[in-house]
Amino acid sequence: MTKKKITQHPLFLPLVCVLLVLAVNVIYDISQGNGIFNFFITTIENGVLQGRLITILNRGSEVAILAIGMTLVVSASAGTDISVGSVMSLCASFCCMLVAGYGVSAVSSPEEFSMPLIVGILGALLMGCLCGAFNGTLVAYLNIQPMVATLILWSAARAIGLLLCNNLIVYVRVPEYGIFGGYIGFLPTPILIAAVCILAVSLVLKKTAMGMYIQSVGINKKASRIAGLNSRRIIFICYLLCGLCAGIAGLVNSSRITSADSNNIGLNMELDAILAVALGGNSLGGGKFNLAGSIIGAYTIQAITTTMYNLGISSAVTPVFKAVVVIVIVAIQAPPVRIWFQKLRAQNHKEVARV
Amino acid sequence: MKKILGMALAFALTLSLAACGGGGGGASSAAPAPAADQPSSAAPAADAPASQPADNAGGGDGVITVGFAQVGHESDWRTASTKSAQDVFAASNGYDLVFVDCDNDSARQLEAVRNFIQQGVDYIIIDPIVATGWDTVLTECDDAGIPVIIIDRTIDDSDKYVSWVGSDFKIEGLACGEWLKAYAEAKGISEINALVIEGSTGASATIGRTEGFKEIADREGWNIIASQSGDFTEAGGQEVMESYCQSYKGQFNVVICQNDNEAAGAMTAMDTAGISYGVGGDVILVSFDANRPYVQMVKDGKINANFECNPMAAPTVSEIIQQLEAGETPEKQVYVTESWFVAEDAVSKITVNGSEQPVILVTQEVVDGRPY
Repeated sequence: MTKKKITQHPLFLPLVCVLLVLAVNVIYDISQGNGIFNFFITTIENGVLQGRLITILNRGSEVAILAIGMTLVVSASAGTDISVGSVMSLCASFCCMLVAGYGVSAVSSPEEFSMPLIVGILGALLMGCLCGAFNGTLVAYLNIQPMVATLILWSAARAIGLLLCNNLIVYVRVPEYGIFGGYIGFLPTPILIAAVCILAVSLVLKKTAMGMYIQSVGINKKASRIAGLNSRRIIFICYLLCGLCAGIAGLVNSSRITSADSNNIGLNMELDAILAVALGGNSLGGGKFNLAGSIIGAYTIQAITTTMYNLGISSAVTPVFKAVVVIVIVAIQAPPVRIWFQKLRAQNHKEVARV
Repeated sequence: MKKILGMALAFALTLSLAACGGGGGGASSAAPAPAADQPSSAAPAADAPASQPADNAGGGDGVITVGFAQVGHESDWRTASTKSAQDVFAASNGYDLVFVDCDNDSARQLEAVRNFIQQGVDYIIIDPIVATGWDTVLTECDDAGIPVIIIDRTIDDSDKYVSWVGSDFKIEGLACGEWLKAYAEAKGISEINALVIEGSTGASATIGRTEGFKEIADREGWNIIASQSGDFTEAGGQEVMESYCQSYKGQFNVVICQNDNEAAGAMTAMDTAGISYGVGGDVILVSFDANRPYVQMVKDGKINANFECNPMAAPTVSEIIQQLEAGETPEKQVYVTESWFVAEDAVSKITVNGSEQPVILVTQEVVDGRPY
């Protein structure tokens, strides 16, 4: 009975997938004659946590943060927000532009700041909310299909970021800015930021009825409205949150390189975020969602990337390997495959019973 | 419902148009800064072609209209290349520059070139984002009688251009190898274990630099432990170096970054891992491109050597245009001159591909004298 419960838990398959990816590294290490758990060794060196697992948690933070917003958006509106990558870039550019001043390409000390760092950070978060509100208005109040609505900022946000930065890479080379992508004490800050975001959102979802509202709107918008929910506002809030998440992820990503590289920040990350939601076992058709699944999905994607680096696979073929792994993971979770597995198990059970 | 959707689509179109127009505006507002002597004339010159393309079609007023389809602005190097073009093709030099930042989108670049043909510019400069798929559009240029000059990256599937101006990336890679050999000898380093952070896969700079360095490495029997792509970005260099530090800590003594931005990322990653680099460090750090901030780092001893990839193709292109105006035939391939910068005076000369070349020890004057 207990065995059945574990395998039917919604998080079972996503967890199995991430473990499968990690297992590849164990096999590799054994074949290379390294220690069996070479991949998992975590140490404190040079005063900070080091190790592949830490890299996965650290580098996966941005996608994990994006996945929070994306899960809510997918659940409430049965559509995806494809603008998050561009919005990340816009928010990072806006922050660096505010701090460095328009048209300045590099600042290397706080004395050169045209505005305090905190203004830049708040500005970037505000810009994220603004983009989210724009998407939310189009989807919730103008009933535009989510993909079409967010397509606007997908193409425009990065370009606006370029304008804000005067077509330059803006460097804010001060340690204070680097802290969001660096370390607090021995812990990588992005891990902390992601953890805080995940905790905050799951608290709100668990302790208030918000989670239930979002699911009910996603399952049937009209029925929810008749039942007394303000469907439009709930969808709007989801997009707003998604924009805010993109802003936070943009800041983290830009802080890692202490600059606003508007061409590359968040490039194609919207696809990773959507993939994370799907890998987490969530339906892209909206309705019921599992936030923890999406988060696991996000780290699975990073685990694949880190594995590629660990295996030293040539960068030219990395996308192919990534695609193969994703196909396998998605196929394992596909309903027909699950049913087939269940049938297989039932058959075995029968045969055992007959004997 | 339909009306609203229509309105939204129209709005989307306006927004994206505004973004495109804005791109041009951003470029033109950058123009006055380098052309400090004549800021007032430079700005309207760059704006004019966008608003009144028909007026330029004649070109009978002695002003040479040049269309430049730039890759994007993904690195400082690219920015320097753009600035160089804006300086050289300024109104004060008798040019009228139509600049398009293609934002690393090859479809947009083709569109830009077609727009140049429609606007009837006198010359087209292309820094091709991809090496193939150019024959059709270059034939169109040919039919319109507009000479095309290719800079920096190459085109593989068409020869319907007048000249190509750029760097010999393989020579850069060879120079890097030759310097490393001489430096190791001078310092008494017997074993070279190198990690390479490559540029974008398939880019000619990546291929040439990798080939050049590998040729020397094979000849000298060096060990290249790993070679992975950092996509020419700081974030990419950082992530690859982070992974290298975890896999090969204590096993390498040379890191080759194929551009400056990757070197910046690699430095952050090595700082985090507690690995010392540069002059007096455990790891010899080599970079390519030699932008001013990174030449400064050579002077500060953080980078051991930096191999220039000269982005200032515009002066050479201007010479070619003047040759064409005078009815002469320019060379099909023109290489820009490049220098090698180092932090210590252990090596003063290297022999690259049979020719002896000087190695420049970076001083404050060298840094101040860098144009980009």
